[in-house]
Amino acid sequence: MKVTTIAILLSSLALLSCSEEKSAGIDPKIHTDSLFAVMKADRTNYTKLVVERLGPKGAGAIQPDEHWKEIANGAPLPAQMFRAGAEAVAEMTSTFTYSLQSIWPINKQNAPRTKLEKEGLEFVANNPGDNFYGEETLGGVKYFTAVYPDVAVTAACVTCHNEHKDSPKTDFKIGEVMGGVVIRVPL
Amino acid sequence: MKQPVAWSIWILLTATAGGLVAHTMVKSDDKSLFVIGPASHGHYQIEMACTTCHREPFGGDAILQEACTQCHREELREAHDSHPKSKFTDPRNADRLSVIDARLCISCHTEHQLEYTQSMGVTLPNDFCFHCHVELGEERASHKDLNFDTCASAGCHNYHDNRALYEDFLLANAHQNWLLENPPAEKSPRLSSTLKKTASITAENSQSPEKIALYPAETDEWQHSSHARAGVDCKDCHTDKKVAGNAWIDKPDHQQCRYCHEHEAGGFTQGKHGMRLSAQLSQTLSPMTPGQARLPFHAEARSVELTCNTCHAAHTFSPEHAAVHACLNCHNDEHSQHYLTSPHANLESALTCAGCHMPLVPASGTDGAWVVQHNQNWNLRPNEKMIRSVCLDCHGLQFTLDALADRDLIRRNFSGRPEIAIPSIDWALKRQMETATPKPPEPSL
Repeated sequence: MKVTTIAILLSSLALLSCSEEKSAGIDPKIHTDSLFAVMKADRTNYTKLVVERLGPKGAGAIQPDEHWKEIANGAPLPAQMFRAGAEAVAEMTSTFTYSLQSIWPINKQNAPRTKLEKEGLEFVANNPGDNFYGEETLGGVKYFTAVYPDVAVTAACVTCHNEHKDSPKTDFKIGEVMGGVVIRVPL
Repeated sequence: MKQPVAWSIWILLTATAGGLVAHTMVKSDDKSLFVIGPASHGHYQIEMACTTCHREPFGGDAILQEACTQCHREELREAHDSHPKSKFTDPRNADRLSVIDARLCISCHTEHQLEYTQSMGVTLPNDFCFHCHVELGEERASHKDLNFDTCASAGCHNYHDNRALYEDFLLANAHQNWLLENPPAEKSPRLSSTLKKTASITAENSQSPEKIALYPAETDEWQHSSHARAGVDCKDCHTDKKVAGNAWIDKPDHQQCRYCHEHEAGGFTQGKHGMRLSAQLSQTLSPMTPGQARLPFHAEARSVELTCNTCHAAHTFSPEHAAVHACLNCHNDEHSQHYLTSPHANLESALTCAGCHMPLVPASGTDGAWVVQHNQNWNLRPNEKMIRSVCLDCHGLQFTLDALADRDLIRRNFSGRPEIAIPSIDWALKRQMETATPKPPEPSL
């Protein structure tokens, strides 16, 4: 009887600990979706509330420019601001990383480098509104990789890319997918 | 020899050797026993302050990296570093990092490997750009037949500092004459005002009459100096304000100068002249002497100790002396030997040694004031660092790029014209014409 009771107790404990472990984690998809929501909100807000409002088409107080460091009132372009955020996050934590990439990059270093990045960027470009999720192993570490569409939200986005001498695509339109945000979480 | 005797001798010798090593490691200031090879040209001055970099006995890469960034972080930030660590931390670069771990300075700048160390302290083969930019020849027709060992050695690119080399800067400064017609307004150094003196001072109203009486020659020099004109009295330099009672100091060092000349003393201890005196070192070293250095110097200067007063000549504090003659008193390389007959030296308003190597720079934390950058290494290597900080004040960009790439011309201290032509501006202009670029670059970046 005693043995049976102890066995039941131990089994219950084991089951409890299992369920606790499961509830302590977060689905990587929910995690990356949440991160992307913050990134997208901040990026859109910077573009509309700062660059458009204070830039040449607004108050003219700041000068958004690729070489913003050279200009006294220079401000980073939205894509540069996004990258600066990614680099600052990388200084603080290695629990996730993110980057802005495109199959039509101005800087070729921002073209997809891994097989999954290429697959994901092509997927979001060909399936507007959908995200892409997958797993890949890089440097011996397994990652959950999510790719979200990066959509042109203002005229400035498409004008700059269409007119840039290093842009491989020159017919972007507002609302189109220009690239993707790649978020990785080590598993 | 009997076995017990042999064993005793062996144990005694081992214990003695072990004791010597332990003593050197723990107690002795002289740790040259552990130096595995001569340090690079950038660090040999301070190589005996081992724990400045080797902060923990079993530190590893992370500890070394922390030491690198402590001293070099600010200059990399100023240089708009083209390849910061943050560009490589994303896992998408894992395959690249397995070849060169670009997150660590020591991957390219391995210390104590002098026999393998190339210019800029690089210890990798010069074609390292290949690993990430292999596709470049396909993207740029102008780069198609170039070898990867020329990227950073032909006056076109630099791994860290491209402020004067990036494409839009080349375009914005194309078509300039070799000598600019309208050089920018002359910069004037800000006088330090920590002491907040308002009136000049003479021997008659000095507050150190007993010293004035004792040192007539020094008093005479001081009375004609910028210090006397700025109201700086004997005791302002010769008393230690950190010590109760303001004890008299016979020979004030850079720490005393720092009270008023903070920017200047800070730069001095970051450069090769004063880095042995830096407060960032783990131990105090004696001042640098030409005898310890690797460049050619005058034999009679070998034992001169470099402090502020070595160049600034205590009591006279002549800027003219410090800007040329102080340099030539020690430096005896070809470039220095040719200075006095060079075009720069014979201008109506001469461009001095310090004018290029210790230029006026905006003082951080001030209201637009200019100070003399006393870190002579600040714009020395790679010499493209000198383009924006000095050369473009008077010269066009094309001439500057050509001149700085011509080693013989540099040896002659710029007597003559460059015999090397850097094609980067022409290539940038050609590409601009070939591609649709409705938006022209800003006129002046």
